[in-house]
Amino acid sequence: MPLDAKTAKALKTGDIVYLSGRIFTARDQAHIFMLRKGIPEGLITSGGAVYHCGPIVKDGPDGKYILSAGPTTSMRMESLEPGFLELSGARAVIGKGGMGPSTLEALKKHGAVYLTITGGVGASAMKQLGPIKNVHLLEELGPVEAVWEFDAQELGPLVVTMDSNGNSLHDDVSKATLANLERALARMK
Amino acid sequence: MISRNPKTKNGLGLTARELSKAMGEAVIRMPKAVVQSLENAAKQETDSLAQLHLRAILDNVLLADAENLPVCEDTGIQTVFVDAGREFPHLGELLSIIPEALRTATVSGPLRANAVNPFTGANSGDNLGHNAPAINLTMVDGDCATIHLLPKGGGSEQLSALWMLTPADGLKGLRREVLSHIQKAGGRPCPPVIVGIGVGGSADTCLKLAKRSLLRPLGTHSPDSDAAALEKELLEAINSLGVGPMGTGGRTTALAVNIEFAPRHPANFPVGLVMQCWCHRHSVIKLNRDGKVIL
Repeated sequence: MPLDAKTAKALKTGDIVYLSGRIFTARDQAHIFMLRKGIPEGLITSGGAVYHCGPIVKDGPDGKYILSAGPTTSMRMESLEPGFLELSGARAVIGKGGMGPSTLEALKKHGAVYLTITGGVGASAMKQLGPIKNVHLLEELGPVEAVWEFDAQELGPLVVTMDSNGNSLHDDVSKATLANLERALARMK
Repeated sequence: MISRNPKTKNGLGLTARELSKAMGEAVIRMPKAVVQSLENAAKQETDSLAQLHLRAILDNVLLADAENLPVCEDTGIQTVFVDAGREFPHLGELLSIIPEALRTATVSGPLRANAVNPFTGANSGDNLGHNAPAINLTMVDGDCATIHLLPKGGGSEQLSALWMLTPADGLKGLRREVLSHIQKAGGRPCPPVIVGIGVGGSADTCLKLAKRSLLRPLGTHSPDSDAAALEKELLEAINSLGVGPMGTGGRTTALAVNIEFAPRHPANFPVGLVMQCWCHRHSVIKLNRDGKVIL
């Protein structure tokens, strides 16, 4: 990180990647806050990666530290992500469960990708993220919803499930599972 | 509620601190049956992305156990089930230590503070609040008490559902709703999931039963033959959908379907569904009539 336009554009659905460098967390409340009040001073978002994550934060003798930091359900940010991509210039969105048509369109517009990280891998992700580098909006939003910055070392595996060319693996799977559903229901009659 | 037996000399052999430790352990160490089931799924999967997710899940479970880290950062909605024997003499004391234990497990332990006031948006910081923690008390025969800790993630809980079907819809309607729901949910509830279903009773009863069904040891079926047959049929149908781990495709969409039931009113056919993510954290503590921990 940061991710340049050419690299982001070259990523295709189904690719498996690991991400190193600066990434920042943002859940619902951070998205809403930044869309209303702008990007906090000192947070560089352009070409960056936003991670849908609300870590477990504890107080230790040397300050705050993270115990576990897996992804949260990205779909909750569906109505907020297009505006946030526009505002932030981020080129990667990391989360779980996939996102919908508004985000897919916004990814295309801004040359960005959506990366799926396996849900529930809190311990592994914490190790890969490393120590806290910075925090924003902690007072305003509290530790779960605040924006935490990390210098990740090979965060992943991450699967490109939505690319900047309008492809969505979630849509592909959804089409296939819908056909399977109709078959399963027919069998059950 | 039974009051504390005044004749008890030694009292409860479980302190709030010990219970808080158990609450912390519950989010760090996964039940063996769940890990075994995920390992079996990894062996059977042929889809490469399904294998990738299952490997990441199993690596993470091992790491969490080895380094005492919460498996998932969402340490959940703290849900406690107490099945108390009618002759168990320490119930009042047991119920009274639960909030304190939860507070300690949050403030000084590994739990994330997840109790947010719905009106103000304020997080209490200790998982306590009005009507929290949720304690489900059931009176049972005997003189022992069983405590189930079920710290359940919000992502899967979001995919819970209630269908007030008609008797004409019946079991056919149940099959249609459950399968359609799991197809639509896709990767959001963190599959492979455990599907808890409550059939019959009232709206609240069937959802309670659906959640309660998650307490059953993974891989075991209902003792009722009709319910057990439907569990097997639904599990096979769900796994034919192709949602797969994390919704990126594969044959493992669910690890189990658990059904609990109650009689329905002649006019109603209620079906409650509670979705549980792969990270099915569940701990059990048993106390005997002397208040001593026996499990």
